[in-house]
Amino acid sequence: MSERERGRRQSTAAPGPSGGPTPVLEARGLSKSYGHVEAMVDADFDLLPGEVLAVVGDNGAGKSTLIKALSGAVAPDRGEIRLDGERVSFRSPIEARARGIETVYQDLAVAPALDIASNLFLGREIRRSGVLGSVFRMVDAAAMRAEAQHQLDALGVRIPDVRQPVESLSGGQRQSVAVARAAAFGTRLVIMDEPTAALGVRESGMVLDLIRRISARGLPVVLISHNMPQVFDIADRIHVHRLGRRAAVLNPRDHTMNDVVAVMTGAADPESLGGGTPAAREPR
Amino acid sequence: MTTTATDPPTTPPAPADSARREALGRALRTPVLGPLAALVVAVVIFSVTTDTFATAGNASLVLQQSIVIGTLALGQTLIILTAGIDLANGAIAVLGTLVMAKHVVGGGDPLTALLLGVVATVVLGTVSGVLVTRLGLPPFIVTLGMLTVTFALARLYAESRSYPVGDQLLRFWGQGTTVAGVRLTWGTFLLIGIFAVFWYALSRTAWGRHVYAVGNAPEAARLTGIKTRRTILSVYVAAGALYGLAAWQALGRIPNADPNAYQTANLDSITAVVIGGTSLFGGRGSVVGTLIGTLIVGVLRSGLTQAGIDNLYQDVATGILVIVAVSLDQASRRRAAR
Repeated sequence: MSERERGRRQSTAAPGPSGGPTPVLEARGLSKSYGHVEAMVDADFDLLPGEVLAVVGDNGAGKSTLIKALSGAVAPDRGEIRLDGERVSFRSPIEARARGIETVYQDLAVAPALDIASNLFLGREIRRSGVLGSVFRMVDAAAMRAEAQHQLDALGVRIPDVRQPVESLSGGQRQSVAVARAAAFGTRLVIMDEPTAALGVRESGMVLDLIRRISARGLPVVLISHNMPQVFDIADRIHVHRLGRRAAVLNPRDHTMNDVVAVMTGAADPESLGGGTPAAREPR
Repeated sequence: MTTTATDPPTTPPAPADSARREALGRALRTPVLGPLAALVVAVVIFSVTTDTFATAGNASLVLQQSIVIGTLALGQTLIILTAGIDLANGAIAVLGTLVMAKHVVGGGDPLTALLLGVVATVVLGTVSGVLVTRLGLPPFIVTLGMLTVTFALARLYAESRSYPVGDQLLRFWGQGTTVAGVRLTWGTFLLIGIFAVFWYALSRTAWGRHVYAVGNAPEAARLTGIKTRRTILSVYVAAGALYGLAAWQALGRIPNADPNAYQTANLDSITAVVIGGTSLFGGRGSVVGTLIGTLIVGVLRSGLTQAGIDNLYQDVATGILVIVAVSLDQASRRRAAR
């Protein structure tokens, strides 16, 4: 659990966005409409260095649109996104990934028939050096296996053989491979969209441990989750999304699950809870 | 990222027997072993039951008879790996033979004829690929349409007659050499060569991995940044080029371009692919399997003929083999999904 404490220390050392460190990822006034449906209305977002930020919200609150905008899957109609203070606009998830933003999806993340090493390097294969690589386009399977094994070991994922096809793994191990891939290539941050939704309790615990280890490396994590105990277990801050915008950012140490649910459903005013970061109240 | 917070628990070194068990598990998952065993069994049975099967001459004949279907089946394998199917490959190759032969018969240059033929097959393969990737149409429907169109085009172009070919260049793959009394055609070497090239491309290059990924999990492949449509299109273009080679080989085998030839070649190539253990659902299989599958069909035909069994029973045997192969694939995919 020392990693956990470490993660905490990092985030407590980081004060709020006003006057604090530059957020790793920051969004202001994001809006997106699909016809008459406004999925995102002036939404703000801040991810601080080294933190685990949970994003919660009721179904239809627009959190998936927000996440898609941040990961490049959706282009917002209005608003701006800054990565380490620099204005960015992603036309595809591939562009976001090129800037070091990795996303782990709930499912669809891996090709089951391919082996673990191939999956880790899918779309980013290492080629052999020299003529074999440049002329004959030969991939360096040994290097990819070694590096895959190294990445999994570093994250404490126990898999006997990276040459195993992913389909021979349990659900939790499969998701661990997807998370390890994100951790290996995510240089700025990792976004995880409900990574444990399809998993059992023990397997979820495995993935949560992974998130802790990634965060302990100093890589910030955005975790979208419906599971409140999980959110309170792992998050440094909780971004509550409601009616297409950020309603509040709550600190799990100062608030209860009931508070979060109350803000999510609109039963409580975030101001009255003393919630909301300076950024959330910032006048525009 | 210099250190991690805790020393991660390192993987315990696998004991020897578990390593052996894993190796065995990998071997059992290797899909070519089943087809290879079937091929060996067929060869042994026919060698024992007939006097004429296990001769060098017959082996040479089986190889020669397998060359055109084998080349078509190689293109078919690429497409099936992306979860597609090509019903038009035989018709495309036939059109290729007609383009080549008619040009030469009309007094044209054989090399130009060859190039024109290959261009025609590549264009037709590309048309299928564009329809599949740009319009998102199912490969089955696209290539069914292409089959009908190409067959009609071939007859129109040929003016419903056939074109005998005397030119040595166009007949090249039917010639060969004799090694220890066995006649080996250049086409046999070409077949082995192109299978080796595509074995390499599929198993040792990033492109090959992308082909498998696109067939196995298209959405996951797209999300990892693979240009899935371009990968699929490249497969149809490569298949078109292979059909051009198949056309050239067909003229070497039978030096006569006939618009009514090879009418069941599309289904025969699918049979070879499926018997070779490649999954019709995409993402699983290998060109080595297809080569073995092609040989199994060739051996069955030859062996059953020499055992004096009616041609129709050969079709019965091949059909049963297809159903067995697909059931095995289903069973292994279901086991994998658990």
